[in-house]
Amino acid sequence: MQKKEVVAMLLAGGQGSRLGILTKKLAKPAVPFGGKYRIIDFTLSNCSNSGIDAVGVLTQYQPLTLNSYIGIGSAWDLDRSGGGVSVLPPYVREQGGEWYKGTANAVYQNMDFIDQHDPKYVLILSGDHIYKMDYSSMLRYHKSKGAAVTIAVIPVPWEETHRFGVMKTDENGRIMEFQEKPKVAKSNLASMGVYIFNWKELKSFLEADEADPNSNNDFGRNIIPAMLDAEEPLYAFAFKEYWKDVGTIDSLWEANMDLIAKDPELKLNDSKWKIFSLNQTLPPQLVGPDADVQGSLLSDGCLVLGKVHHSVIFTGAQIAEGAEVTDSVIMPGVKIGEGAIVQKAIIGENTIVEPGAKIGVPARPGEKVEISNENGITVIEDNVTVPKTMRIVQGTVLSVAAWPEFPEEWIS
Amino acid sequence: MRNLLGIIDLSEPTEGLGELTIHRTLGAVPFGGRYRVIDFTLSNMVNAGIRNVGILLNDRFGPLLDHIKDGKEWDLNRQRDGMFLLPAPLRTEGGEGITSNLINLRHNRGYLEKSRQEYAIFSGCSMVTNLDYEAVLAYHLEKKADITVVYNQTQDLAAYPPYTAFVTAENGRVLDMALNPMHCTSSKISLNMYVMRKDLLINLVDHYSARQKRDLFTEAIMPRLGELKIYGYEHRGYVGAINSLRSYYQHSMDLLRPEVWQDLFYTHGQINTKVKHEAPVRYLEGSKVSNSLIATGCTIEGTVENSILFRGVEVGPGVVIRDSIVMQKAKLGPGVTLRNVILDKDVTISAGKTLTGDPSFPMVITKLATV
Repeated sequence: MQKKEVVAMLLAGGQGSRLGILTKKLAKPAVPFGGKYRIIDFTLSNCSNSGIDAVGVLTQYQPLTLNSYIGIGSAWDLDRSGGGVSVLPPYVREQGGEWYKGTANAVYQNMDFIDQHDPKYVLILSGDHIYKMDYSSMLRYHKSKGAAVTIAVIPVPWEETHRFGVMKTDENGRIMEFQEKPKVAKSNLASMGVYIFNWKELKSFLEADEADPNSNNDFGRNIIPAMLDAEEPLYAFAFKEYWKDVGTIDSLWEANMDLIAKDPELKLNDSKWKIFSLNQTLPPQLVGPDADVQGSLLSDGCLVLGKVHHSVIFTGAQIAEGAEVTDSVIMPGVKIGEGAIVQKAIIGENTIVEPGAKIGVPARPGEKVEISNENGITVIEDNVTVPKTMRIVQGTVLSVAAWPEFPEEWIS
Repeated sequence: MRNLLGIIDLSEPTEGLGELTIHRTLGAVPFGGRYRVIDFTLSNMVNAGIRNVGILLNDRFGPLLDHIKDGKEWDLNRQRDGMFLLPAPLRTEGGEGITSNLINLRHNRGYLEKSRQEYAIFSGCSMVTNLDYEAVLAYHLEKKADITVVYNQTQDLAAYPPYTAFVTAENGRVLDMALNPMHCTSSKISLNMYVMRKDLLINLVDHYSARQKRDLFTEAIMPRLGELKIYGYEHRGYVGAINSLRSYYQHSMDLLRPEVWQDLFYTHGQINTKVKHEAPVRYLEGSKVSNSLIATGCTIEGTVENSILFRGVEVGPGVVIRDSIVMQKAKLGPGVTLRNVILDKDVTISAGKTLTGDPSFPMVITKLATV
C-alpha cells in the first residue's frame, strides 16, 4: 500500500435510532437527504474535495444499502489505486472477533488498515453530519499548532450545549477543558465529531483505552479526556459555516428545509465544492402544464403535475394532478396520487400515497394525537401504500406494523 | 446478447442541423436536457446486453470523446470487449471527404474480424428512441433473415427527410426500399439499424469498398435487395429523427408530453449519460414553471413555459423563457425574453434582450456566442 500523509476513518456504523422508522433497514449515513443525496455523501465529498484519497468507512448496523451505495467509491472519485475508499465491517480474528464497542474501539480494531498506509495523521469523521468543510485547511492548522489532536468546533446556542461535547479554550485555541453533554456548560463551542490525530499518539491512547475494562471506548467520553489529562496539546479548530447533525426527525426535516431558504447557508450548487452522489441516470424532471412549484428543490426523474410548495422532492418521485405537497420531504421513488394532500411530512422511499389520501392534516377538535417530535412532523415509512381513505393526523409517526390498528377516526 | 456486436455509425448527414453540428458530430448534439444524441443508441445496445460496441468516428468528434470518455457510464470500460473507438483514415485515396462508413469499416476491418460475436447490429445514431435490440435479433433468427432492418410507422418521420421508406410483404420480407421518394406510399420508415451476421457485413464491406462505394446502406445493401433475404422489424415505440433543426425542435418539444417522456426514458431500461453531479433544481418563491423539462443544476426565479432547460441554467427574476431550448450554462441577463429559440451551450444573452424565432424555424444561437 502507498504511504499516505492522512488516512480518514469515517464512522458509519450508527443505527440512528432517533430517526426511528427511517433507519429500520438502513444505517443513518445512508438516509436520503437533500433531493438526491444520502447523508454520507457530504463527508465523502468533503474527503474527495480536500484531496484525501485514503478513506476507511466503518460499518456495522444494517450495512447492505451503504455497502452497495459506496461500492468502489467511483462516484466520489475515490476509486484510486493504492488507496481510495475501503468499507470496513467488524471481522473475526484468531482469538475470535467482536462488534465495534464504541467509536474508539471501531478505529482500534482497524489499526492494521491504518498502518498499511503508514500515515502521519488520522482524520476521524462521522457519517451523519451535513456540512462542507475543507479538511486540508484544518490539517494545516493542526500542523501549525503542533497539536496532538485538533477538534473541529462550532458555536451552538447556549441552550443547546447540553446535547454536545463542549470545549473551553484559551486565546490560542488550545483546549483547556472538555465537557461531554454538560448540564452547566462553560463554553458554547461544540465538537463536530471531526478530529485530526497524530497517528503515533492516537495509537498509544487507543491501546491504553482498550486495556481499560471500564472504558466506553468512545472518542468523546474516553480518548479526548484521557489525552487532556495527559496534558497533550489539544487544539480547537473553529468552523463557522453551516453544520448540522441530522440525527433526529426534527433535525433531518429542518436541514432539508434549510436548503430551500431563499439564500441557503449551505449551497449545493457550488462547482468548486461539488457534493457527489451515486444516482441512477434518470431523465430531467418534467413539470406539467398545471403544476405549481414554489420555493422547492426537485431532482431528476420527478414528474410533477400538481402543487409543490416549500418541499424537497427526491429523485424519481411523482406528484399527480391535484395533489398538494407542502413543507414536506418526499424521498426517492414516492408516488403521491391525484388529489392527495401531504403537509409537513417525511415520506419514506418508494411509498405510494393513493389518490385522495391526507397526510399531516390538523387534528379534529377532541381528536387524540400523539406528537412524537417538536415540529409536529408526520413520518411515513418506506415501501408502504397509504390507502386512499386514509387521513393521517399531523405529528403521527407511521410504521406498517401499526397499520391494522388504526383508530377509526383516522379513516376519512 | 453476448453474441451481438454493436457498431455505431456517425456518418449520417448533419447539414440540416446547421449551427448545432458546426463543431460537433451528430452523436454529440445535446438533447433532452442532459443527454447527447448518441446516449440513446449506446444505452439501447448496453441494455440489450451487448458488451462490445465499436464507434465509427469521422470528423468533429472532439466533443463526443469528451462525452463518452472510456465508456464507464455505459458500463463499457471492460477488461474483455467494451467500447472501441474506430477512427476513419485521415487520408483517403482520392483525397475525398471521410464521412463514408464503408471506407471507415474497411479501415477498421481488423476490429470486425477480431470480435468474437457472430452477429452485428449496425446503427446510425440520428434516431432517438428506446428500443429492444434483443427482440430485433430474436426476430432476425426466427425469420432466418440475411439482414433485418428496423422500421417505425408511429411517427410521421417522412416529414423530416432524408428518410428511407420500406415496402414489406405480409411475412415481413422487404420488397422495396426508396430514399426520399417523391410519392411515398409506405408509412414504414427506416431507423437506420441493420442486423446481420458479422461475416456478411465483412463480405459487403470487402466487396463494395473495393469498388469505390461509400455508403453501406444505399450502395451495399439496397442493390442486393433481390438476392438477400431482407426482413423488416417493426419498432412501435416513440422515435425522434434528429436530422434537421425543425425535427430537432419538434422532437425536443415532444418530450414535454408525459407519455413520450415515459416511453423514451423508461421502457426498455434507462438511458445513461455522462454524470455531472449537479445539485437538484431550486425553485424560488415567485417562479412560474409549466410544461417544461428541467435538468439539475438549474435555479429558477422567473418564468419558464413549454421549454427545455439543460443543466446549470439560471433563470433570474423577470426572465421569461417560452417554447425554447436552453442548453448548459447559458447566462441570461435580467429581463431577457426568449421565444422559439435554441440557445447552444455557454451562450450569454445580455440584459433586456428579446429573442424570437418561429416554431417552424427556431432561432439558433451558436455555442459560446454573446448576444
